[in-house]
This record gives sequence, C-alpha cells and structure tokens, in this order.
Amino acid sequence: MQDKIFRVLLILSAVVVPLIGGGIIYSLTVDSTGAFEQFGFWNFVFSDDWVTTAGKEKYGALPFITGTLLTTFLALIMCIPFSLPVALFTGEYFRGKKIATFLGTVTDLLAGIPSIIYGLWGFYILRGVFMELNFSPQGSGILTAAFVLAIMIVPYAASLSAEFIKMVPSDLKEGAYAMGATRAEVIRRVVFPMAGSGIFSAYILAIGRALGETMAVTMLIGNTNQMPDTLRTTGNTMASIIANQFGEADGLKLSSLIAIGLLLFLITAVINIIGKILIRRARRV
Amino acid sequence: MIQVNNIRLRIFRSRLLYVTVCVFSGLTAIPLLAILGEVLIKGWKQLGWAFFTEATPNAYKAMMAASAGEPIPGGIANGIIGTFLMLIIAAVVAIPVGIFCGICLSEYRKSWFATFVSYLTDLLQGTPSIIIGIITYIWVVVPMKGYSALAGSVALFIMMLPLIIRSTEETMKVLPETLKEAGLALGGSYWRVMLQVMLPSALGSIFTGILLAISRVVGETAPLMFTALGGAAISWNVTKPMSAVPLLIWEFFNDPNLQSLIWGASLFLLTFVLLLNLLAKRIAKKWKI
Repeated sequence: MQDKIFRVLLILSAVVVPLIGGGIIYSLTVDSTGAFEQFGFWNFVFSDDWVTTAGKEKYGALPFITGTLLTTFLALIMCIPFSLPVALFTGEYFRGKKIATFLGTVTDLLAGIPSIIYGLWGFYILRGVFMELNFSPQGSGILTAAFVLAIMIVPYAASLSAEFIKMVPSDLKEGAYAMGATRAEVIRRVVFPMAGSGIFSAYILAIGRALGETMAVTMLIGNTNQMPDTLRTTGNTMASIIANQFGEADGLKLSSLIAIGLLLFLITAVINIIGKILIRRARRV
Repeated sequence: MIQVNNIRLRIFRSRLLYVTVCVFSGLTAIPLLAILGEVLIKGWKQLGWAFFTEATPNAYKAMMAASAGEPIPGGIANGIIGTFLMLIIAAVVAIPVGIFCGICLSEYRKSWFATFVSYLTDLLQGTPSIIIGIITYIWVVVPMKGYSALAGSVALFIMMLPLIIRSTEETMKVLPETLKEAGLALGGSYWRVMLQVMLPSALGSIFTGILLAISRVVGETAPLMFTALGGAAISWNVTKPMSAVPLLIWEFFNDPNLQSLIWGASLFLLTFVLLLNLLAKRIAKKWKI
C-alpha cells in the first residue's frame, strides 16, 4: 500500500515537468496569437517595423532576431580562442594536476557570476575601454554585448569540451607517441578527431546559453529598435527588447513581445535539443 | 601526411601550441580577477551596519544627501529579505519535487516516459530566464491581478527544478544496484529502501546540486522583473511586490541618484554566490560517492 503511494508520488512529481514544459508552449502560443493574427506569422518575423504610436501600431521581430543571432555568432567566434585552450589545459596538458583544478575553479566561478554583474562591469569598465580603442562611438552596442557574452559562455564550452578531451583513450594517444608524433600532432590527429563530436556539441550548448542571455546584453547593447547595419552600432536582442519593454506593455505590444518570447523559446529549444542529442550520442561512444 | 624529416619544426610547433594554450588559458582568469577587483574596491566602502539593516532610500532622499555632500543613507535590507523569502519558498517546493522526480527518472530510466521527461528537463534548464519571467507573469501575476513576491518564487521554482532533478537523477543512476537489492533482500519495503538507503547515500551530491541551483537563481534578475517587481520598503507580505538584491542592482543602475549604492549591493550578491559555489565544490569533494 505504502509502496503504491510512493510510486504514485514519484510519477506525480515527474509529471510536473511536462506540465510546465507544455504549459510554457501553450501559454506563449495563446498569448501571442493577437500579434500573429494582426500581422501574419511570416510578416511578423520578417518585418523591421517597431511603431508604438497608438492607432498606427506595427511590430516586427526581424531587428531583434538579427541582433540575437549576430551577438550569439560573434560571441561564439570570440569564445573559441579562449575556451579551447582552457579545455586542452584542463583536459590534456595538465590533466589531474593541481593547476588544472585551479583553472577549473576559476572558470566555475566565472560561470557563477550573475548576469547583471557582468552587465555592470561591461557598462562601467569595458565600455570605457571600447571607447578609448575607438571600437564604437558610445562604447555600447552589438560588439560590446557580444564580447561580454563571449566571456560568459567560455566556462560552459570549456568544461564540457574538457570532459570529452579527457575521454579520449590513452592507448590511442600512446600509440601515436610511439609512432613518433609530437604532442601537437597527437592533439590534432588523435584527440580532436576522437573528441570532435563532443566538443562540437559543447559549443552548440554554449550557443543555447548565449541566445537567451538577458541582463548583461540589455545593459550593453544600447537598446535601439532598428536593424543593426554594422557591428559598431547599437541594437537589441530578442531577450533585451522583452526586458526593456515588457513592463509597460499592454494590448498588441504585449502580445508582440510575447510572440518574440515564443520565437526565442523555439530557437533555444531547437538548439538545446540538438546539442543534448549530440552530447548523449558523444558520451555513449 | 606528417612530415617526418623536419623534426625541429615539428617540435617547435608542438612547443608553440603548448605556450599558446598556457597563455590563453591564463588570459581567461583575467575577467574574473577584473570583476572581483572592481566590485571589491568600489563596494567595500559602502558596506556598514546600516547597509544591511536599512531599506533603500527614495530618489529624493538620495538626491538631497548627494547635494549636501553626504553619503547616501539607507541600504539593501529590503532586497536581502526579499531574496531570502522568495528563495526559501521556491526551495521548499522545488527540493522535494525535484528529488522525487529525479528518483523517478532514475528508477524508470528505460521507459519512454522517463526519457521524454528527461529531455523536457534539459529543455526547461535551457529556457532563457526572461521566458520564465514572461510565463510566470501570465500564470501568476495576471490571475492574481498584481505583482507579488509569490510570483517571484514561482519563477525561481521553475528555474531551480530542472537543476535539482538533474543532479538527483545523475547521482541515483551511479549508485550501485546491489545497494537497493541488499535493502530489498533484508525485507525492507520499496519506499523504505529508496528513502532510507538509496537517498541518504546520494545526499551529498544532491545537496551539492541544491547549493548550485540556489547559487544559479539567487542572482537572476530577468525572471523577477515582471513578477516580484521590487519595492522600496521592507516587506514580509509575500502577496505584495517585493524587492530582491539583483532587482535592486537593476534599479540602482537605472536611477542616477542611487548609483553609488550599486557596488555595495553587487559585492554582497557576488560574495554570496561565489561562497555558495565554493562550498558546493568542497562538499562535492568530501562526500564523493
């Protein structure tokens, strides 16, 4: 009897997850129908209008989708030269040594810093540096946001990649050494081919994190609603436009913001599921 | 093909890679030091007894103090109370549900249902925090006809749940099957074996997971902006809007009059989060299965 109750409790608590997951999709879809009915789905996605004047309201998601994809892509490019060395450092060169544990702790702490504090640091320190270096006129913009985003995703990409680099069987590496390969050659011809799919999935998951990052980006991107034409201009991402405007929105604007939320949710969901499937596959090998 | 003849070049390349890896790995530590240093240097001056016991001043008071050349009065007590209240409510619900769900996923790991829930957990974990904010707004704030700390707790609960599920599931999966079999063979009923044999032996890593989950959500701002909203007074009423430390930082960031409080609040938040992280690491090391 008690066993039955226990099993029912287990199942019930497991049902909470699909309830929340399904509920998110359902609520976002229902509350965004207003915008999609008004503008049409593809029209909304590919329009760069953002007119808030009452009566002439017109909303489109394109500048924000562009902003999100652009910052994420840039962040990914900028994060690779740091996350890959860290992964090699902790997973190959100094594997198991104290210094590797130390670097692991450093990156873990880096991952623990709240988004809003990254934003503050970027706003008060980095922005000045960027202005000094003449990267952008106000210091804030796509490039600044992407740079901070890159720092934020380094820990995720690095720790996951290191996990797969560690999994490369040492007899394979020893075989290559026995054939006279140097360490760099072993890394390039044994470690990377063996751990490649895992490292790839690590970066997919890092992309997933960067797509939805809100506070730091909101504080640094400059918050303008037009299409970004160069990397130095200001812009908005899907997350930052919601963070900025959701509070005072109602009616059609609220529905449009929720529609942007739905799109963001779908994009991150697809990226994350792909990443997780790849990672499960890579772990099994 | 590997060029065999040019051995010097190959060794040079190998060393070059080694040096590059070391240099770039070292560079990664710079942001951490820069952020810690910045927050510490600017923040510690603001810390004092009043900073932790008094509520946030309004913009007018702050302006008057600033124009008189005095330090801004008040502190972040309203945020600290709000953060802890919301965290406790969220944790009290998320911990049992998460642990039970994790046990379920590990026990029925071969069923399609568990695989499905497991993928959904990953999905939920990857959901941007701002989406959690929107969804809690739709689910709690709209029906309750107002912002409340309770809504903030719901948002934090949704964020914590997948983290706790994951850590429980992963720990339970690596426990030896023989442990359960031994318990059952001694005549223990299934629920007794699960809760009094399996769970206690997994408790160390689950506790680590809980600490990490708390440290992840304590600094979250986005899900609280449209749920708990914030408030300047110290409040214990969870059905009313309430502030939290990250929300206060956001408020200070947007209000030029209050800007000098920003670093003290950040120092408090950062110290709390990093200490939780380090504590979790220590416990994980000590209670390794």
